[in-house]
Amino acid sequence: MLYINCPHCGMRSQNEFSYGGDASVKRPELNKEVSDQEWDNFVYNRKSLRGKHLELWQHISGCRQWIKIERDTATHEIFRTFKADEEVA
Amino acid sequence: MQKYSIFNLVKNAFSNHQNWDLAWKDPTPKEEYDVVIIGGGGHGLATAYYLAKEHNITKVAIIEKGWIGGGNVGRNTTIIRSNYMHDENGLFSEFGMDLWRKMSQDLNYNVMFSPRGIINLAHSDAQMNAYARRGNSMRLNGIDAVLLNREQVKEIIPMADFSDNVRFPIFGGLMQPSAGTARHDAVAWGYARQADSMGVDIIQNCEVIGFDVSAGKINGIRTSRGNIKAKKVGLCVAGSTNILAEKLNMTLPIETHLLQACVSEPIKPVLDNVVTFGAGHFYVSQSDKGEMVMGGDLDGYNSYAQRGNLPTLQHVLTEGIAMMPFLSKLKMLRTWGGIMDMSMDGSPIIDKTHIEGLYLNCGWCYGGFKATPASGWTFAHTIAQDRVHELNAGYSLNRFSTGHLIDEKGLGTKTWIS
Repeated sequence: MLYINCPHCGMRSQNEFSYGGDASVKRPELNKEVSDQEWDNFVYNRKSLRGKHLELWQHISGCRQWIKIERDTATHEIFRTFKADEEVA
Repeated sequence: MQKYSIFNLVKNAFSNHQNWDLAWKDPTPKEEYDVVIIGGGGHGLATAYYLAKEHNITKVAIIEKGWIGGGNVGRNTTIIRSNYMHDENGLFSEFGMDLWRKMSQDLNYNVMFSPRGIINLAHSDAQMNAYARRGNSMRLNGIDAVLLNREQVKEIIPMADFSDNVRFPIFGGLMQPSAGTARHDAVAWGYARQADSMGVDIIQNCEVIGFDVSAGKINGIRTSRGNIKAKKVGLCVAGSTNILAEKLNMTLPIETHLLQACVSEPIKPVLDNVVTFGAGHFYVSQSDKGEMVMGGDLDGYNSYAQRGNLPTLQHVLTEGIAMMPFLSKLKMLRTWGGIMDMSMDGSPIIDKTHIEGLYLNCGWCYGGFKATPASGWTFAHTIAQDRVHELNAGYSLNRFSTGHLIDEKGLGTKTWIS
């Protein structure tokens, strides 16, 4: 069982959360020409790192906010959690 | 190579079975090979076997970080089927079914292929219609499919819950009678033994730490046991695909996820077929030892841990108990996890890459085991001929850019969509 420290609600069990994938992926800016490769990278291509991974989760059975989590994909250790709009240093 | 037969079994009994040949050797890596296959799992071993058998390429090495058959080919639920709707998946898998049927003879190794049939249960009228459509698509591709009504299903699996007050009543099901199971370890060992006998070097405990690429062409690999030159290199590493891709500066439409399975204590024969729950993701069959072999959804987040968490197991088994209530009386014997190369459309990739001489075989999601022979056969063809076979033409790497996705279930990595 993962325990996730929701920045809004505090420590809750994994059961209350839903996974949303790699949080480092950025949607292309739409005010300029976007190449097929850029769309490809946004929609499909993923690094799927082994080790520290910044990812999106949604607290669906809690505050329903999207949050960011820094987690180790090999050990499942969670290092830090952030609000969705928080900059990760 | 010593043939496995009743006569050799009797003969060796006189020497207390102390004088059998080794099934495969433990060679030290040579300086150069024509083809290096990275990954000594089912697909890698099958690829090496078909390279030697079909294309007469025997200067081949299989490079395995751990031991052969220690990854997903030793961690799956052994189900073999070709009940797909899309042509790409159906024709590819049905070609594989043919190889499965001949495999024990072909490899001189009993892989215990048991075509016991698979039943996908339907729990609504809409699902029956969808299954009728899938069944018709299968039959058009020459795959056997039978649509069963509730009574017919009840006759085959009377232990399922047919009471009136269930949340997901059984309306019927789609059956592929020729589907079944096989002994997973035997598949790996059978391919390894034959490949070895034809001159393939199976190199275990050898980790790939880098690639030697120059001017867009592969020249070899760097390993924990030294550098190896190779004209062609095939990647066949399932859940570790992204780790090797990073060393090649490639980003792939693949995420590595965790999938669990479990078996109950052994019980007397109760279930003849493979059965899947249609209102979620759960499947069950009974092994020859009597254990109920069960599996279902991914844990749902990126992971390389090869071990799962209880919430997903609980979720999966809740579906199982909804389908077959007697399962709740059984004790759990073992649970385990493996890491899956989940592609974005849920279908695999067997293709060339932008690097000359580098070939990619990945994206097997939930269905790697049953694809073992067909994957090895087509990957060997792709490597040997330097072009894809028509059977794996649809499994291209660039289909995500061009929009030719094969969305059999429209899932892939995104389990929350289901």
